[in-house]
Amino acid sequence: MDWSHSLRLIAPEETLSIAGLILLLIAAWGGDKASRLISILAVAALVGASFLVAPALCQGAMGPDYAAFFGQVHADAFSSFAKILIYLSAASALVVAPAFLNRLGAMRPEFPVLIVFAALGSGMMVSAGDLLALYIGLEMNSLAAYVLASFARTDDRSAEAGLKYFVLGALASGILLFGMSLTYGFTGTTAFSGIDASLAGGLSTGALFGIVFILAGLAFKISAVPFHMWTPDVYEGAPTPVTKFFATSGKVAAIGLTMRVMLGAFGDQVDAWRQIIVFVALASIVVGALGAIGQKNIKRLMAYSSINNVGFILIGLAAANVQGASAMLFYLVLYIAMTVAGFAAMLMLKDENGNQVEEIAKFSGLSRTRPGLALALAIVMFSLAGIPPLFGFWGKFLVFKAAVDADMMALAFLGFAASVIGAFYYLKIVKVIYFDEPADAVKGENDIWHKAILVVTCVFISPLGYLASGWLQGLTDTAATALFQAL
Amino acid sequence: MIHVIAFYLFAVMTVGSGAITILARNPVHSVLWLILAFFNAAGLMVLTGAEFIAMLLVIVYVGAVAVLFLFVVMMLDIDFAELRAGFVRYLPFGALVALVLLAEIVLGIGAYRAGSLDLGTPDGTAAAGTGLSNIEAVGALLYSRYLFLFEAAGVILLVAMVGAIVLTLRQRSGTRVQNIRKQNMRRPDEATVNVKPESGKGVQL
Repeated sequence: MDWSHSLRLIAPEETLSIAGLILLLIAAWGGDKASRLISILAVAALVGASFLVAPALCQGAMGPDYAAFFGQVHADAFSSFAKILIYLSAASALVVAPAFLNRLGAMRPEFPVLIVFAALGSGMMVSAGDLLALYIGLEMNSLAAYVLASFARTDDRSAEAGLKYFVLGALASGILLFGMSLTYGFTGTTAFSGIDASLAGGLSTGALFGIVFILAGLAFKISAVPFHMWTPDVYEGAPTPVTKFFATSGKVAAIGLTMRVMLGAFGDQVDAWRQIIVFVALASIVVGALGAIGQKNIKRLMAYSSINNVGFILIGLAAANVQGASAMLFYLVLYIAMTVAGFAAMLMLKDENGNQVEEIAKFSGLSRTRPGLALALAIVMFSLAGIPPLFGFWGKFLVFKAAVDADMMALAFLGFAASVIGAFYYLKIVKVIYFDEPADAVKGENDIWHKAILVVTCVFISPLGYLASGWLQGLTDTAATALFQAL
Repeated sequence: MIHVIAFYLFAVMTVGSGAITILARNPVHSVLWLILAFFNAAGLMVLTGAEFIAMLLVIVYVGAVAVLFLFVVMMLDIDFAELRAGFVRYLPFGALVALVLLAEIVLGIGAYRAGSLDLGTPDGTAAAGTGLSNIEAVGALLYSRYLFLFEAAGVILLVAMVGAIVLTLRQRSGTRVQNIRKQNMRRPDEATVNVKPESGKGVQL
């Protein structure tokens, strides 16, 4: 193995780790005053790292030439695609965080540093080619995430969210490790390519248990039913920018990792896990949709919405081919854009004291007091519901099409029917905003960054986004092909 | 010959100090006996040629775990008389657990005798080089093949440390911190005072 080649391939990871360490030193000497500078530098590092990974995607990097460290890390087009999403959504969470945390008096210079390390771990997850790399990346991401969830430590809900996330996350890690040790025991290797080769002769019961436990651990991380229980509490309790980070960056990492494991290491055992994925996908769609109906808090609603959307994404995984993987990535991009827009709009909903307005009932009549913000929220909700002229529809269409093309008509039909339930609660918010008597609760002012993020993402998910769909489709196809070439 | 003597010495000491760990009345003594048991177990590991595990036992178990135990035992206010009072009440349940464990051991040994599971064959990537001691073999893999993951594990520990400090360290108002400059600048006549107390009246400060 060529060391310099390997070290060149992990340049984005090196950049982020060194940036994180330097920022930590600045934090140690600069103290709380340096928070702003460190936030700016962290955003710069994340954006810079995404520029570093971009060439691999544009060149369509795939195959063994782009595997570093004996295949433990894959720096191919797939990981490049996912890393761009991860780094940019982490940067966008960091842009909106200082305003929020400063008001709580919870902004500390370690916040951007932890976000950088969490993004670093997420990047390792999506480029993992080995069970060890998978676990190390996952833990790096999770440990930072536990701390971030309880970052507003004077707030009881935030502390509770952090504790709950930590305990349940540790449980999920245990389940995942158990599955990994079974897989290692019955295949004799931790490398994905080795596992795939070893299972080619047939699947023993022990290895099947390994797959099931690994899948259970991963389902927790992507918050799919039946391992979704932590999501509403953690999303509600965590500071809103952190929730945004979990719902975007963390979600891409976990789904990218799931795709790597299921389509890579267990790619030839599709028959063994397809039925599990089908069940998890449908259950996530239904539970996410039904659970959201009764919610009064917008952050809890977004948590159920994320469970619901993960279900749709998993439909693409059940197809288990390049088309399905490509559809998953396409959906993921749209979901990230909608979530970033949704949370940016949510952070702009403040009362006259600058406190966050989270109760849906208080949004009533927003269209008359804040027409621009109301329009943005309406676009996000319609897009999440998958109403045709908006871009969100295209993601759902692609995953259903992948399922139909893979002869899974029943799955596509059930998913389609269940998406109608989901439309109900999204439309309910639009109704509250546009047709209820004004409650006049939203009064706060917002800075230019929130507005910029909101406008950019709203334009992307509006019908104008279709102009980019050809380009995006090309990228997702390249990334999905690279995923299947990674072994 | 010296091997046999050493083995019996370490083995008897391990079992003996293990027994006293359970039987000692004072929990602090129990932990100290436990540490002795760990040391002797480490000696047994050295005898079998597993010097890496011996070092881990001393560093991790004696250095970290046992000391943690000691802290916990000293900090908790445990009423042992009360604990012992429940002994008879929980005896049936304890016996049941012991019975289950015994059955499992018997079953496990039976299964082991009947032949092993059909496990995968190791692909040899993590095989030790010939002629290397355990420590050298572990090091050779850790710093070459698994270098990236090793460094990444270091970052995880850093994240854990940063997280623990961020969540627990807080500046309290009204804490008295040491100001070395101020201490050094202090003159004797500011710091000391000569008084002549009357007998039976105490000192006025």
